[in-house]
Amino acid sequence: MKLRALLPLIGFLALVVLLAYGLTNDPKKIPSPLIGKAAPQFELPTVLRPGKKISNKDFQGKVALFNVWASWCGACRDEHPILVKYARQHKTTIYGLNYKDQRSEAIRWLKVFGNPYIASAYDVIGNTGIDWGVYGVPETFLVDKKGIIRFKQIGPITEKILYKEIHPLIQKLEKES
Amino acid sequence: MKQIHKILTVILLSLTCLNSLAAINIYQFDDPVKKERFYKLIDELRCTVCQNQTIAASNAGLAKDLRNKVYTMIQQGKTDEEIKTFMVERFTDFILYKPPVNNTTFLLWAGPVILMCIAFIFLLVNIRKRISNPAVEVDELEHERIQTLLAHEKENNND
Amino acid sequence: MIPELGHFALILALCLAIAQAFFPLAGAQLNKTRWMAVAKPAARGQFIFLLISFVCLTTSFIQNDFSVIYVAKNSNSLLPIQYQISAVWGSHEGSLLLWALILGIWTLAVTLFSRHLPQAMVARVLGVMGLISIGFMLFMLFTSNPFDRLLPAAAEGRDLNPLLQDFGLIIHPPMLYMGYVGFSVAFSFAIAALLGGQLDSAWARWSRPWTTMAWCFLTVGIALGSWWAYYELGWGGWWFWDPVENASFMPWLIGTALMHSLAVTEKRGSFKSWTVMLAILAFSLSLLGTFLVRSGVVTSVHAFASDPTRGVFILAFLAVVIGGSLLLYAFKAGNIKSAGRFSLLSRETLLLTNNIILVVVCATVLLGTLYPLVLDAMGAGKISVGTPYFNFMFSILMLPLVFLLALGPLSRWKKQSLSGLFDSVKILFAVSILSGIASYFILGTISWPVAMVIALFTWIVGSSFLNLYKRVQNKPDKLAALSTVSLSFYGMFFAHIGVAVFMMGVTFTSHYSEEKDIRMKPGDTLDLAGYSFQFKGAKEVMGPNYRAQEGTIVISQGNQELTTLKPQKRLYLVQRSPMTEAAIDPSLSRDLFIAMGEPLGKGEWSIRIQYKPLIRWIWLGTLIMAFGGLLALSDKRYRTKRKNSETQVNPA
Repeated sequence: MKLRALLPLIGFLALVVLLAYGLTNDPKKIPSPLIGKAAPQFELPTVLRPGKKISNKDFQGKVALFNVWASWCGACRDEHPILVKYARQHKTTIYGLNYKDQRSEAIRWLKVFGNPYIASAYDVIGNTGIDWGVYGVPETFLVDKKGIIRFKQIGPITEKILYKEIHPLIQKLEKES
Repeated sequence: MKQIHKILTVILLSLTCLNSLAAINIYQFDDPVKKERFYKLIDELRCTVCQNQTIAASNAGLAKDLRNKVYTMIQQGKTDEEIKTFMVERFTDFILYKPPVNNTTFLLWAGPVILMCIAFIFLLVNIRKRISNPAVEVDELEHERIQTLLAHEKENNND
Repeated sequence: MIPELGHFALILALCLAIAQAFFPLAGAQLNKTRWMAVAKPAARGQFIFLLISFVCLTTSFIQNDFSVIYVAKNSNSLLPIQYQISAVWGSHEGSLLLWALILGIWTLAVTLFSRHLPQAMVARVLGVMGLISIGFMLFMLFTSNPFDRLLPAAAEGRDLNPLLQDFGLIIHPPMLYMGYVGFSVAFSFAIAALLGGQLDSAWARWSRPWTTMAWCFLTVGIALGSWWAYYELGWGGWWFWDPVENASFMPWLIGTALMHSLAVTEKRGSFKSWTVMLAILAFSLSLLGTFLVRSGVVTSVHAFASDPTRGVFILAFLAVVIGGSLLLYAFKAGNIKSAGRFSLLSRETLLLTNNIILVVVCATVLLGTLYPLVLDAMGAGKISVGTPYFNFMFSILMLPLVFLLALGPLSRWKKQSLSGLFDSVKILFAVSILSGIASYFILGTISWPVAMVIALFTWIVGSSFLNLYKRVQNKPDKLAALSTVSLSFYGMFFAHIGVAVFMMGVTFTSHYSEEKDIRMKPGDTLDLAGYSFQFKGAKEVMGPNYRAQEGTIVISQGNQELTTLKPQKRLYLVQRSPMTEAAIDPSLSRDLFIAMGEPLGKGEWSIRIQYKPLIRWIWLGTLIMAFGGLLALSDKRYRTKRKNSETQVNPA
């Protein structure tokens, strides 16, 4: 048989391999372009105390988790207890970004489900979210001592992700100067 | 319970995208050039929350925010390039429906033309070969068989 | 009871499909007539049980049986009955059953219209179709059973997605599937021919009507989808190069190439292995489309709820069917000997050029659709490939084809002299260029792409009439002679004109559409494109399962009142999702399109008003194309009379 006649089959098999990979892949997940870059600048009032401000400068000098959440977000409810427990057990700094929410609803949500955050920035318009490349809630960023974003979790944090990926990375970053 | 929450959020989000509210934008423009730029830009930027829609077409919250952002930036005097760069810095090339032309997308942009050229060269070579070599004539018996078959059909058709 | 009946009928259909596949294929290989004779009765039986199964599912919908999961997810007792029926194919499981049923219909048709074919060939064709049926039914029974029960039954259904509660859903998927699935016949003919080692003009003639018919359905199906998106989605777009749309367009492109290629193989005995490859490719793309829509590998607004586990099954099925046929091709292609020499300029070459361009366009659409996945797989980042890319590539690549469209039919087989060709078309060419230039003056402002398209329109339509004239110019009574010209020719005549009409519609809509998003309070008037639109206010109306705010807009031209449009903003009661129902004033020269946005308080609304010139030409063009196809396959040579048709070439 002519080798040329096998070309379509070979091409097709390559396609099958590609499609098989596609089955394991989420085509809509956008890996963050901010990893390795400085945390985007922002300055927002906090949820609980509107008079107090929080900004990206607060990330300097410590390893911090920046968790994007909202009271209208169902999946946030799933990851929240995990964050609350984690905040209690470890001394990690966790900040929140309350994304396009109503302040009263947000306060009530924190009262009912617990508050693991040192403070939550109140981003009612969503411009800070855009700057951080937030496209779905919940999302969580890990910022190192120099204020560089080192990791982004898209979707809710599970126990598995927390202890397999996030926690070891936090420990590693803590050791950095 | 968790699974349902996840599914519900996804369903809710996707329903907001495609509820055909037609994302009717009321933006005021004093300059028709700016207006045209705006509508062209929002037609080229992808709604990152939705399944596959431009921020012009989608009614999702983020799409609306991004439209507002594009509008604001145009009014601030930013160029199309600057606006696209702004978006790409935050959402990667994924947000551009017109992929950039660079090393990784070379095959995408050049592929079709290259393929066309290869095909035509192949065709030319093939035809030349046919002309120079004697044609492979259809087997005599084979030919007869075909004629018989077709003749049968003709009878049946009462042509 | 009824769902169980439907489920059982499906299992029986599967058993019959197994018989339909195994015995005839083995029988044809081993020359066992009795085994080959199993094909037709098995196929007909399979169809009957599929029909029973489908009717059972439909009945469950009509009876509001919410103990069936599929019905509970896609229906509701308030849903009007026509949508309860069309909801049967509104989602994944049911649409698969529709797919299988339509495959059954095509299979049945083959059993009924194949009396003039040699038994071994029919046996093989039905056998291969049986194999495909088996795949789909196994897929349903193991992963996507529409008859799965929900116990305890839901009190009420989740309702059909409001976007699907429309006339479009009733006809678009069935037409589309008739096309998709119809290519399985040409595919089976190709495989049967490869298996039997006989590839000749007879095979090409037998395949042609089946291919053309499938192509007609696919053309109409895609056109319906486009038209539906246009009036339903509310922003006036009609094609989005969405992966699922591309998945239906690719088989269409290859199907078009296949039709042209079959013509050459039938008439001249050339291109045999190429035609076989196209036949395999067309249906392979149908299957690939099925995979893309249901696996979640690409993001699409059309995708059914995607499930990677189901994707694995379809991918495996794809690998077996397409891989198997390409392997068969690799083994047998060497034995195919094509007759006929032809020179560099000839109808053969022009048709081959047609094929090449269509295949390259198809490859480009595939490339654009899958490229993001390729980069992702290589870890090279994420990109999106959308309308800007596809529009750009498509226009550039199709341009030469559109130009050569006129020359192909005017060229001779085997050898066409360049000077001869030039002589026939020089006047037409000049007239076309002039029309492009003239349009500049007539239309006032014009861009050179539009002028070029107008020239091409004249070029194509003119050449079609020129060709027709040539057919009758030597006859004494030219007018009467028109009726002696074959339907096959008229088919080509209309199909090519359809392409020209389509091209005009696309170009004019893209270049001359006007739209405005504006806030209007009752009494406000907007002037757009020479029309006046006056908003009279909105009031609440009730529908069978929705509540709506209905706006009234009066359209006038000058002092003359033309019409009143009533667009609605609906809230469907069950899913509580808002939806715009646009109002359109259609006409062949332009559509006026109005959609309600949001209430802004005090009776004020945001409203989008659009002027879309020649947009109906887009679907008119496709309908003309499909009509041409219909004429072509009604040609005398494909018709066999029942009376004398029991002749078999192989002895019984």
